[in-house]
Amino acid sequence: MSLLERVDAIIDRHGAEPSALIQVLLELQGELHWLPREALARVGERLVVPQSRIQRIATFYKAFSLVPKGRHEIHVCMGTACHVRGAGRVLDKVKELTGIAPGETDLELKFSLETVNCLGCCALGPVMEIDGKTHGKLGAEGAATVLESYE
Amino acid sequence: MTRIASPTELERIRAEVLAGRDPERPHVAVCVGTGCLATGARAVLAAFEAAIAEQGIDATVGVRGTGCHGFCERGPIVVIEPAEICYLQVKPEDVPELVRETLVEKRVVERLLYLDPRSGERVVRESDIPFYKHQKRLIFGPNRTIDPTSLEDYLAIGGFRALARALFKRTPEQVIEEVKAAGLRGRGGAGFPTGVKWGLAREAECEPGGRSSGASGASGKVVVVNCDEGDPGAYMDRSLMEGNPFCVLEGLTIGAYAIGASEGYIYVRQEYGLAVENVGRALRRLEEVGLLGDDVLGSGLSFRVKVHRGAGAFVCGEETALLLSLEGKPGEPRTRPPYPAVRGLFGRPTNINNVETWAAVPRIVSEGAAAFAAIGTAGSKGTKIFSLVGKITNTGLVEVPMGIPLREIVFEIGGGIPGGMRFKAVQTGGPSGGCIPESQLDLRVDFDELTRAGSMMGSGGLIVMDEETCMVDVARYFIEFLTDESCGKCAPCREGLRQMHRILTRITRGEGREGDLERLLELSALAKEVSLCALGGTAPNPFLSTYRYFREEYEAHVKEKRCPALACKALVRYVIDPARCTACLICMRKCPEGAIDGGKHRIHVIVQEKCTSCGTCLEVCPARFGAVRKISGVPVPPPPSEEERVIVRKKKAAAP
Ligand SMILES: Cc1cc2nc3c(=O)[nH]c(=O)nc-3n(C[C@H](O)[C@H](O)[C@H](O)COP(=O)(O)O)c2cc1C
Ligand code: FES
Repeated sequence: MSLLERVDAIIDRHGAEPSALIQVLLELQGELHWLPREALARVGERLVVPQSRIQRIATFYKAFSLVPKGRHEIHVCMGTACHVRGAGRVLDKVKELTGIAPGETDLELKFSLETVNCLGCCALGPVMEIDGKTHGKLGAEGAATVLESYE
Repeated sequence: MTRIASPTELERIRAEVLAGRDPERPHVAVCVGTGCLATGARAVLAAFEAAIAEQGIDATVGVRGTGCHGFCERGPIVVIEPAEICYLQVKPEDVPELVRETLVEKRVVERLLYLDPRSGERVVRESDIPFYKHQKRLIFGPNRTIDPTSLEDYLAIGGFRALARALFKRTPEQVIEEVKAAGLRGRGGAGFPTGVKWGLAREAECEPGGRSSGASGASGKVVVVNCDEGDPGAYMDRSLMEGNPFCVLEGLTIGAYAIGASEGYIYVRQEYGLAVENVGRALRRLEEVGLLGDDVLGSGLSFRVKVHRGAGAFVCGEETALLLSLEGKPGEPRTRPPYPAVRGLFGRPTNINNVETWAAVPRIVSEGAAAFAAIGTAGSKGTKIFSLVGKITNTGLVEVPMGIPLREIVFEIGGGIPGGMRFKAVQTGGPSGGCIPESQLDLRVDFDELTRAGSMMGSGGLIVMDEETCMVDVARYFIEFLTDESCGKCAPCREGLRQMHRILTRITRGEGREGDLERLLELSALAKEVSLCALGGTAPNPFLSTYRYFREEYEAHVKEKRCPALACKALVRYVIDPARCTACLICMRKCPEGAIDGGKHRIHVIVQEKCTSCGTCLEVCPARFGAVRKISGVPVPPPPSEEERVIVRKKKAAAP
């Protein structure tokens, strides 16, 4: 399926109305891991929403990315429960090993790193999620072992 | 199941479901909530199915995946009914033995039972585990007995009886009176009386020709479930939504009837994939059987519900921002009034409540207001679910009656602080809340008492902190959080928070100056007074409450450049105790900076100029040596001389 066909399929599922904008973008982001310009142009056309508003939404909400992401998306939880149990040290380790800071993607497009405010697994903190899989009870060393297992 | 077109049919179907179930029939409940899934519950569930089939007992034994039981840290959790045998941290490898021993031979497998650290004894039944024993699990309890994908399971525990009663035996006004009489207050943060709020939405008039919501052309009133759950450290809404979506939907439908709403929205935080999946499935099922949609239960009520995923913005938990987000716009709070009850989604009268609030409604309608109001304190009725997390032995979700002493939650249910550490404070109320110190541990937890102590209920996160948690850093952490999450629309919040953050960061780096604390107090007063929404208005709370109870920690940072909790990286040095170091080489090899000097038989020393205080050496030094320590505010002791560093090992052969 071409990119625009995929975009159309998503829009058809949600209904082509302006109020569906966020839901459509979320699904696009979920499928493509970022929001390419051509896709956004199509969304604007079909939902009848100006590009300026799409840009505003895509930057206001943290879920969206306007640049391509790495093969593996790392989310390190910096929520309170994880923070008091040493999430800062997990993040430092991940930054050191990947060479990127939160919000960045490495040059080989292997990893993207983000911090999040709570994954709802607080009982297992510090927690890091990679491609949707949760790794809990981490220390700096544990985080290093987890990262090594990703190709 | 065919369409359920009347209360009589509902009862007939319930009777059929129950007739097919023998309460004495053994069955295995495996928690497949998010916490247990993360520790491998899916494989455990599959292993049970396989092992039961292999033993050839699948006709007599049932297996079900349930929602979160709450004791997440010890997951995966397995409970074998009817004896309620609770196994913790079960691995797939353990399963064949559990099936053979417990299900076939009827014997308990001791090693997977809870070990009570106080009595040294194993505990068999889940409800006898101290973590559960002191709880009162009225709202959260059913999670462990039902499969969230099974409507039959929900009907078997009396589901939708409350809805039938509301629709056929009560007028909308009577339902509202009942909720008022129960004294239910909103669980989303502010604690506003739910019945009063419903009454306002009921009385509100729909604007003739008011804007309609796009293509669907709908007008009329709206009800919304707030499952944005933005407070980090709180996850009870997630567990309810995942584990018992039918209950939330039943409460919502009762609310729609009482208020006169035709449309409902469920706003779910982006990170909560499983909640979206489970509530979506429940919705479709209810539409199929006529418990949602047109003519609900044959009552004439027409009510449709949609699920809307959040896109990652804390401020969208605030009701006016949430409604804008539902309209597909950036979620920036607006001033109230008009309240959503008058002008909400697309200008239509809207009633928004938190997940836990909605989940309490069916019980109020079925058991009556008096039963609900019999629990709790004068101003706060019923039970509340808290997430007990941080530096606490038993981490997880706990449901307790309002008014329970904080001490009981931390020490009886939570089992105290791990690692022999000392309790310091509990942070409640999320980023806009505050810290409750040890001197206030006897506080009876309810809306008003927490506010009086300078904190608030918020959504129910209880983050326990011990002597190693720095309170200045905690304040800095929350202000940073709120600086990031401020939508930026009003200046006192946007600029004021940024300045507070700068000052607090400076202090935790040991660069605090004279006058910093006074400046923080001024900025706090300003943000409180003039911010547009509660985010800004309550943002100074983490600073104010830690300053109120832990002023000496602030002063130690500013005046002595010392972090008493040994937590602020810039103020802490790591040192190796020569008397305890056995020259095992572990820290030397692991140090990412190569900052440890040492060798075989040579006591290790940290080269302070190279050390970045990353803490790896402390983490990897084996507990039996415990040679690495942190110090703050005192000079680093001089290293031992080269001669003193040589370790002469006694030869094994020389031993007698
Ligand atoms: C900054 C901010 C964030 C909020 N986040 C949430 C949230 O995540 N979940 C929630 O239920 N209420 C949240 N609230 C409270 C809502 O505005 C609203 O009061 C609540 O949903 C009403 O439901 P209740 O009456 O059942 O408590 C937040 C409020 C503010 C000011
Ligand atoms: S605070 Fe990290 S998962 Fe909740």
